[in-house]
Amino acid sequence: MADTAVQEKNTAVKVSEPLFGKKERTLITDPLNDNNPVTVQVLGICSALAVTTLVVPSFVMAIAVVFVCAFANLTISLLRNSMPKQVRMIVQLVVIAFLVTVVELVLKAFSFTVYKQLSVFIGLIITNCIVMGRLEAFAMANKPWRSFLDGIGNGLGYGGILIIVAAIREVFGKGTFAGFKLIGPTPDYLIDTVSAGWGSTFFGWYANNGLMVLPAAALFVIGVMIWIQRSWNTKLVDVS
Amino acid sequence: MHSNKYVFLYTLVLTTVVAVVLAFLATSLKPLHVKNEALSKKKDILSAVDAKFADADDDEIENTFSKVKQFVLDAEGNILKNKNSVGKEIQAEDLDMKKEEKKAEADRSYPLYVYNHNGQDLYIVSARGNGLWDKIWGSFALKDDFRTIAGVTFDHAGETPGLGAEIKDNTDFKKQFIGDKIYNDANGEYLVVKKGGQRDFNKDYEVDAISGATVTCDGVTDMIASGMTPYFAYFKKK
Repeated sequence: MADTAVQEKNTAVKVSEPLFGKKERTLITDPLNDNNPVTVQVLGICSALAVTTLVVPSFVMAIAVVFVCAFANLTISLLRNSMPKQVRMIVQLVVIAFLVTVVELVLKAFSFTVYKQLSVFIGLIITNCIVMGRLEAFAMANKPWRSFLDGIGNGLGYGGILIIVAAIREVFGKGTFAGFKLIGPTPDYLIDTVSAGWGSTFFGWYANNGLMVLPAAALFVIGVMIWIQRSWNTKLVDVS
Repeated sequence: MHSNKYVFLYTLVLTTVVAVVLAFLATSLKPLHVKNEALSKKKDILSAVDAKFADADDDEIENTFSKVKQFVLDAEGNILKNKNSVGKEIQAEDLDMKKEEKKAEADRSYPLYVYNHNGQDLYIVSARGNGLWDKIWGSFALKDDFRTIAGVTFDHAGETPGLGAEIKDNTDFKKQFIGDKIYNDANGEYLVVKKGGQRDFNKDYEVDAISGATVTCDGVTDMIASGMTPYFAYFKKK
C-alpha cells in the first residue's frame, strides 16, 4: 500500500491514466487471489460465517457487496479532498449506510422474493469490515476510477469465497446445490440413498452432515481454503 | 486540519443530502412495496392450500384470491362485521397481524379464509409467534372436519437461512403436516413439532423438527397452541 501512494504522487504531474491499463487490471485481479479480503486479509469473516448456508442467498449477497463496495469507494474517493479528516469515519459510515438502504429499498420494490430471502443480511453489509477497510486503505488516497475498480475487485474476491463456501456447505450439509436436490434420503433427490436402486447400493452409507449447516462449519471450511491457497501460492507464506 | 465550522457544515450538508435522497426513494417506491407485500400475503395464504401457488404469477394469484371467502373472527369465535374509517367493511386481508398481536388477547381480530377446492371447503387459519430472532407466522388449510391438515405455509421475519428459515423453504418439513391432525380430541392438545428422537412416528399429532432449528420449531408448536383457540371456538359453533 505504501508504494502505491508514492507512485500516485509521482504520476500526479498530469499523466493521463489509461482506462484499463496494467495497474487497473491488477486492481481487479489482485483481491481474487494474492490479496483476497477473506482468505488473506481475513476480513468480513462474520458475514461469511452467517450467510453461507445456501448458494442462492450468498450469490445475491455477493452482488450486493460488489455494488456497495464499488460505489462507496467511488463516492469517498470523490469526497476525499473536501472531507474533514476529523469526521472521515462518520462520513464513510453515512455513505455505506446510505448505499445499503438503497439496495434494500430497490430489492424490496423490484425483487421481493430475494428481499425476503436475504432479510437481515442486507443490513449486515453496513458492518462488513471489507467495505470500510477499502475506504480507509484505498479510496482515501486514490482517484475515483481506480477506487471504483478496487471496490469491484474486493467485492468479487469476497463474493467468490462466499459462493465457494456456500456450495461446499450446501452440498455436504443438505445434499442440494442452489436448491437442486443432489443426494438425500427421499426419491426426489438425484441420488436416493434409501429406496432400492443404484443410489442405495453405492451410496447407502452416505448421510448429509448436519454439522456443515451450522456456522462453525464455515470457519473450518475457510480455514482449509486458506491452507490450500497458501500451499499453492507460496508468495503468501510469511518466511520470518 | 479543517475548522470546526467547516466540519459542522460539511456533516450537516452531507446528512441532509442523504436524508432527502433516501426519503424521496422510499416514498416513490412505497406503492411498489405495498403492492408486493399485499401480493405476497395472498400468495402465502393460497400456498397453504397448494404449493403450486408459490410459483404462480401475479394475475393468477389475484384471480384465485378473489374467489376466496373471507371472515374476520373475534377472540370468542364470532364473525365480526366492523367498518373502517371510510365505512368499508374490514376484510380478513385488511388485517395487519402485526398490529393485532399488540392488542390485548380479547380484543384481537383473526382472519379466516375459506377456499373451495374441487367442491370441498378448506378453512385457512393463521397463527403468529416467536422464532429465534424475530416473529414467525404460518397458515394452515384444514379440511371440513376442522382437524385434518390439507397444507401449510410458514414465513419468518429473520430466521437464519438453512436453519430456522427452513420452516419456510424446506418442502419435506411442510409435507409432514399434510394428513396430520392439528388438534387431538383425545387429550385436548394441539399438534407439536418434536425432535427426531422423541417423536412417535405413528402419531398423527407430531411432526419431526428441523435439526439446528430447535428454538424456531418450538416456536411453531407454541404458535399453534396459542393461536388456534378462536378458530376452534368458531368451528364448534358451526
